[in-house]
Amino acid sequence: MSVVEFKDVSRIYKNGEHEQKALDHVNLALEEGKFIVILGPSGAGKSTLLNLLGGLDSPTKGTIIVNGKDISTLTANELADYRAATVGFVFQSYNLIPTLTVIENVALVKEIAPTPLSSHDMLDAVGLLDHKHNFPSELSGGEQQRVSIARALAKNPKILLCDEPTGALDSETGVMVLKLLLSMARDMGKTIIIVTHNQNIARMADVVVRVKNGKIQSCESQAAPLAVEEVDW
Amino acid sequence: MKNFSLSVKNLTRKPGRTAALALLTAFLALAVFGGSVVVLSLRKGLNSLEARLGADIILVPDQAQSKVSFQNLFLQGTTGAFYMDASVLEKALEVEGVEKAAPQTFLASLKADCCSIKIQVIGIDPEKDFTVQPWIERSLARALGDMDVAVGCKVEADVGEIIRIYERRCKVVARLEATGTGLDTAVYCSMNTMDQLLKAAEEKGVSHRMASGDDVISAVYIKVKDGYDIDNVNSRLNSRVRKATAVRTRSMITGVSDSLAGVSRTVTILIVAVWALAFVILLLAFAMIIRERSREFAVLRLLGASRGMLSRTVLQESALCGLLGGVTGVGLSALLLFPFAQLIESALQLPYLMPDMINIVWLGLGTVLLSVIVAALSSVIAAYRLSRVDPGNALREGN
Ligand SMILES: Nc1ncnc2c1ncn2[C@@H]1O[C@H](COP(=O)(O)OP(=O)(O)OP(=O)(O)O)[C@@H](O)[C@H]1O
Ligand SMILES: [Mg+2]
Repeated sequence: MSVVEFKDVSRIYKNGEHEQKALDHVNLALEEGKFIVILGPSGAGKSTLLNLLGGLDSPTKGTIIVNGKDISTLTANELADYRAATVGFVFQSYNLIPTLTVIENVALVKEIAPTPLSSHDMLDAVGLLDHKHNFPSELSGGEQQRVSIARALAKNPKILLCDEPTGALDSETGVMVLKLLLSMARDMGKTIIIVTHNQNIARMADVVVRVKNGKIQSCESQAAPLAVEEVDW
Repeated sequence: MKNFSLSVKNLTRKPGRTAALALLTAFLALAVFGGSVVVLSLRKGLNSLEARLGADIILVPDQAQSKVSFQNLFLQGTTGAFYMDASVLEKALEVEGVEKAAPQTFLASLKADCCSIKIQVIGIDPEKDFTVQPWIERSLARALGDMDVAVGCKVEADVGEIIRIYERRCKVVARLEATGTGLDTAVYCSMNTMDQLLKAAEEKGVSHRMASGDDVISAVYIKVKDGYDIDNVNSRLNSRVRKATAVRTRSMITGVSDSLAGVSRTVTILIVAVWALAFVILLLAFAMIIRERSREFAVLRLLGASRGMLSRTVLQESALCGLLGGVTGVGLSALLLFPFAQLIESALQLPYLMPDMINIVWLGLGTVLLSVIVAALSSVIAAYRLSRVDPGNALREGN
């Protein structure tokens, strides 16, 4: 049973006369609980795909079914509810609120998500309980990214959408973050979708989706993904 | 209240921004509350003066007007001493349209060994008097006895104390409520007592009488019968009663009413100006905050916060700033107004009586409420815009 299904989805940006087909008749089905990596060159349409899936944008054509529900026709308010309940985001920039402490940043979702998890437990899961009363500016980049993962998880979403989550991190911290994300799929049954340029990350994925010029080039399952430690960084 | 703690955190973590917004509303509250208290105090002072005068017309000796300005006499307690024959009272009563007439006799005590305080002494006839007597009755159940005095609220003498006036010992039996006028600095006694005091003053070489032994009074307070035109009665008195001049009390205090209207107008303009200015500055401040905070709100949008929650957060924050500013402004003006009431009074040269505490409390609460509403109102645009930031765009821009 696929948790995500794109049916003939196009997203066209209009710049005056010029039309940019960011996504061009995309068909894609992704299974629940998998660690999925989306690869592709710059400008391929990876972020566009993720944003559509996350309800930050709507398709020009086609249908997107998430968790059995069509999200391509939702209104702005319905999309907000969808984001609150079903998806969590992790971006290259950590998007933490600088005036709130670590635990407060995570606890924000309590007022937003319908079935939130304990902020304390989520910080424990990402190993940052000791820093819960620090402000984001007092943490390293890797630590801030882990806070944003804890915040995304605290909403208790089915799907975690990560756009270049390790893009701003050195390889050592990046590995730590990837490990964390992988364990979310393995131990918590979350569907993790990661967009990246990094071919190496693809070697640990259950599914690798390759995107080019707004089209899906391939969508392959890997029977025996490598463990994080086995990947040659 | 939902997301209340988020609003509070946002405010406390940005103390500079919060203080600036609160300060703006504090100015608004200061102007509204302070201005209103001053205007209400002046109005109460004037009302009290009118009630205290209680008379439509006052008859005074012809020479009195050149001696002292009535406004000074009643407002600032300038001591005046002028006398006419007591028969003026009967003559006045004979004039058509006069309902009541009551005599008063004035005597100024000296700042000398013979007197413990320099004060205006006013003799009244408790039977006939309808201007001061009702006031005295509020504090004293019986009539003023021989050598008894009732003192205005600003006279430094307590009930039971003995004060000396021209070597005569007078007992303070009552203290009167404040009127906000010069009448507060006077001492009141019966006509009998006044006779003795006049004699005593004469012994000290202070002469009052046109001819020794005559009965003298200083003024006759007149109430006009219903249905009679006060101006007509006034002219009749002027033509019938010799050696005395009739003056309408209204004309004595029109100067006061005019100045009061002037002050009220100034204060109103001031309030409106501060209001408009504060509102515009607040609008600008919130417009700046839209830019500053769009990323923060984009993050909340990204997490799935509804538009309602976001605009509520903005409105709650600004309302809280308004509350803080309102309380500060009211507190600040109370701190300025109450201790310096005397100063304000003498600066304005108008009767000035603080409104009742309960009214001040209501006014304070109303001002705080107004500050909250104005602050919230000026953030409506910001609330609308911030609740609609596009999470995708704002976060891309930030990268
Ligand atoms: N809001 C937008 N307005 C106009 N064009 C856009 C917009 N967003 C994306 N595009 C265009 O759509 C195409 C796909 O963009 P997208 O951001 O999805 O690429 P990407 O695969 O994520 O690239 P990168 O790896 O560099 O992040 C690009 O050509 C981009 O210029
Ligand atoms: Mg991208």
